[in-house]
Amino acid sequence: MQLTVEEQEMLDGKYGKGTQIAMKIQVALGEVFDAPKMVPVSRTHVALSNQEADLWFVEKLVNAGAKCRVSPTVNPGFNLEYFQCITTISKEDEQTIRRTRQAYKDIGATLTFDCTPYLEKNVPRFGEITAFSESSATPFINSVYGARTNRESAQSALCAAITGRTPLYGFLLDENRKGQVLVDVQADVKNDFDYQLLGYAVPKKLQFKTPVFVNLPTTPSPAALMNLGAQLNTAGNVPMYHIVGVTPEARTIEDAFQGDEPERIITITQEDLDQVHAEITDPVGKIDFALFGCPHFNLNQVAQVAELVKGKKLEVKLWIMTSSLTKELATRMGYLETLQAAGGDIVDDTCMDQPCWEFLYGKKGVTDSPKCAYYTKRRNMQFVIRKVEDCIEAAMRGEVS
Amino acid sequence: MSETYACHKVSEGVIEGDVLISTDDFCFYLVDPKTGVVIEKNHCLEGQSIADKILVFPSGKGSSVVQADGMYQLKMTGKGPKALIIKYPDTVLVASSIIMEMPVVDRVPKSFYEQVKNGDKLRVDADQGTLTILS
Repeated sequence: MQLTVEEQEMLDGKYGKGTQIAMKIQVALGEVFDAPKMVPVSRTHVALSNQEADLWFVEKLVNAGAKCRVSPTVNPGFNLEYFQCITTISKEDEQTIRRTRQAYKDIGATLTFDCTPYLEKNVPRFGEITAFSESSATPFINSVYGARTNRESAQSALCAAITGRTPLYGFLLDENRKGQVLVDVQADVKNDFDYQLLGYAVPKKLQFKTPVFVNLPTTPSPAALMNLGAQLNTAGNVPMYHIVGVTPEARTIEDAFQGDEPERIITITQEDLDQVHAEITDPVGKIDFALFGCPHFNLNQVAQVAELVKGKKLEVKLWIMTSSLTKELATRMGYLETLQAAGGDIVDDTCMDQPCWEFLYGKKGVTDSPKCAYYTKRRNMQFVIRKVEDCIEAAMRGEVS
Repeated sequence: MSETYACHKVSEGVIEGDVLISTDDFCFYLVDPKTGVVIEKNHCLEGQSIADKILVFPSGKGSSVVQADGMYQLKMTGKGPKALIIKYPDTVLVASSIIMEMPVVDRVPKSFYEQVKNGDKLRVDADQGTLTILS
């Protein structure tokens, strides 16, 4: 790989040990993928996990003196102060989250602690070269904005933030952004929830190819597109999708396939969506809680829930996970007050795959997100999966039927 | 009689060990770090240990953090594989392997896949780009 003088100096240690470690990893990555050179990145996002490997790696870099040239936004761990008010957090878990916060602050990250930075704090322009990890973020960056990122790991994105570079390969190149498989949607996709099921149903039939959707509505909400990407990367590994007439690199079918023919055509029927829904949901019955915000809810979604519970009483506890920026707006708009009056709450800076939810282990909840249900299996949480309106109705009765 | 095949370095290292083949894609988060046993439901290696094996599989899978989290735990307990031989490298698996110092190669000829079987003794030299079936 051809390196500039400055990049070679980073590799040789002239910018310190931490930068050297990051550049060494990136050169190795570039060589694997036959990258001819490095290119500058102007935005980064690190999917911190607040788990052992994540903490080990960021502390190793901090101790080696690394500082981010391009300050990354970061994923949520959990909101320690909030959960200490409603449950008991073990000393060990408290230590871990405190160390995670400190290490990312020291390395120069922007502590957004949210998984949807692409909606409000870290928004790229068309064609911009970035390094985004986080499975809902990568497809949104590539597909919805037409900016460019590979499906970075949390660690490779952190290296890019430190060096301000990324090797040139994969989805940064025009030819690799071409659609490969035509997905003909014959199902009735009418609300944000249907995009969750669509995203979950497609990867099984796709096999590491870039999908081009046709026959979808031309005015999807931001939440619908967020849901589609998140589920495509829960059930599979899909860094980019096209929707003809919606996403910027798919103005027409020819545009999406860059003039080539699709390698294959697959059809998704209503039966496919119903079948995947039946497969991933836990059995109906009494529930103990409702949980939303995987990925983090945006303000419109918070408003929708607030409207549904306005003046009513919830039978079970309800949480919406969101960013601190959205929570602030929701407070200002009166949504938080409405939710709290009904018995719900908003919690910021928090992911569902964190030990702070231990008080819900072994219990059953309702959610609109297949991704939420998938990752919490390891934590022994059960979920009935329904669209938001039905989740609220269930939370008011304490039961899903 | 030993046979040598060319391959391409993903992550450096030279090591010998016994082959274990997975026809399914692999996620290191779904391995019990205490035993090295695969716990993923319906995976072709479910219930088998990958500890000290040279693991042959098509591709990695899982979110942007779980491969590294899983590999790290296995490294700490010493129940991880010795090396990986893959067909389709993706950024998440490659970055995790390099950081965890796990020898990995790809671009292996078809003839190797036709020849190799579970339990074969194999020498992986990622640095020189060679695979040798020792017995």
